[in-house]
Amino acid sequence: MMNKGKHETGFWENLVLCTLALGIVGSFIVMPLFVLLKEAFAGGVRLWAESISNHDALSAIGLTLGVTAVVVPLNTAFGVAAAWALAKFRFRGRSLLLSLVDLPFAVSPVVAGLIFILVFGRHGWLGTWLTDHHTRIVFAVPGILLATLFVTFPFVARELIPLMTEQGSEEEQAALSLGASGWQTFVKVTLPNIKWGLLYGIILCNARAMGEFGAVSVVSGHIRGETNTLPLHVEVLYNEYSFTASFACASILAGLAIVTLILKTFVELKSERDTAR
Amino acid sequence: MKLRLKEKSVLPGFGLSLGFTVFYLSLLVLVPLSALVLRSSQLGPSGFIATIRNPRVLASFEVTFLSAFKAALINVVLGVTVAWFLVRGRFPLKRLADALVDLPFALPTAVSGIALTALLSPNSTLGAALGKLGIQVAFTTTGITIAMIFIGMPFVIRSVQPALADLSKELEEASRSLGASRFQTLWRVVFPLLAPSILSGFTLAFSRALGEYGSVVFIAGNMPMKTEIASLLIITKLEQFDYAGATAIAVALLSLSLISILLINVFQARSARYLGSA
Repeated sequence: MMNKGKHETGFWENLVLCTLALGIVGSFIVMPLFVLLKEAFAGGVRLWAESISNHDALSAIGLTLGVTAVVVPLNTAFGVAAAWALAKFRFRGRSLLLSLVDLPFAVSPVVAGLIFILVFGRHGWLGTWLTDHHTRIVFAVPGILLATLFVTFPFVARELIPLMTEQGSEEEQAALSLGASGWQTFVKVTLPNIKWGLLYGIILCNARAMGEFGAVSVVSGHIRGETNTLPLHVEVLYNEYSFTASFACASILAGLAIVTLILKTFVELKSERDTAR
Repeated sequence: MKLRLKEKSVLPGFGLSLGFTVFYLSLLVLVPLSALVLRSSQLGPSGFIATIRNPRVLASFEVTFLSAFKAALINVVLGVTVAWFLVRGRFPLKRLADALVDLPFALPTAVSGIALTALLSPNSTLGAALGKLGIQVAFTTTGITIAMIFIGMPFVIRSVQPALADLSKELEEASRSLGASRFQTLWRVVFPLLAPSILSGFTLAFSRALGEYGSVVFIAGNMPMKTEIASLLIITKLEQFDYAGATAIAVALLSLSLISILLINVFQARSARYLGSA
């Protein structure tokens, strides 16, 4: 980012500004996080460890990790392909496609879950066919995968498209004219140029995939030990008034969120340094 | 004249990447979304209106819309303050504060929901203190608004922050040297230049709050007609196997959110033209 020189903010002005802003960040962001951790450890470390290591919690953690392991690579592949087509080429319908890629962000999570029920649910388009073939999509793991794919769909693409558009394709053209194959050009020229943007997109996609609640909640059916992801498990425990256990599981997700923020800041610093060079 | 579908390029992989993009997009996004549109068209205009005009549905829209609007307005004030601090303030741990601002994005919504409820419920320290002052937050529309402020704040901050950083210092100096007071400079020079990004942050926060579910349901109390949000009503209808009702509410909610995003794009295109010609 360009530094346009110091703005002369006086001492008192800076003090007022810092107090207000830190007050806002402190009360709206830090305080909920603090209360969450306090509640998670309210019963001591042993109870916390027990809450996150019982059978239901472990299976929820497993499902969340499994879903993420499928969703992130798929959406990353899509993001790279979409960015290649949309950033490196000009064609008719490009701007329409650009806005369609962003569409899932405009759809609220509950509605995102609903659309898969309308297609795959018992009264949905494919409902009778699926029942005849004894296949379940919604209220089962495939539904959770689809809903998570949908809500995390644009993350990688929307990081890469502006980045690759800005970079243009001169370097790729040079590589090709020097005899590199298409794949070599992509791996040796494009990929190093977009690595930080790609990583940034993957981090955001990963965080959302692990934490998605609304969409997954609609399609999961909340079967304990089977279709409960970690965020859903948090809800189930909370609604059963097992508050300490619920906050303990929530604290794992909060930990993941903090790791996400650290990685994100690291990638931002790295890419700033790269562009400054 | 021959219509050119694509400009010539020496780069390979156009067919493959575009084909995959369109295929994946259709399979995952367009086909399922068209199910929503087709379902609601089966309902017919009269059926659609009948569902929407149900008092409980109307009440949920009112609660959702008003809370989202209030939250987005408050977020403009809070968000601009924080963005101002992040760009122009001097503070040793500014980078930490900058990273923390994204926490509402990174934290799963259900986790935010239970954390806010624990913070503000009547049995908590803060909730009890506010209760003594006669302010009940949890299980009221105030609680809904606060959850929506939490979830929407990063949108305003991240929209305003780059615009503020790009603001050229010369404009403000010129304004000051021509005799404008500090306040006049802010109000007549800085604010108009920030207005498009503020508006964009407002709309993003508003549209996110309209559809928000996880962070709101725990603190809302979910009393029909009073503190029930539209997203929750969709789920309730689904649980009663009232697919038509759920679809109608979803379509109304989605349209509202798409219209607000469309409006902002139109407005931004106009203001870009205005700023470009100025």
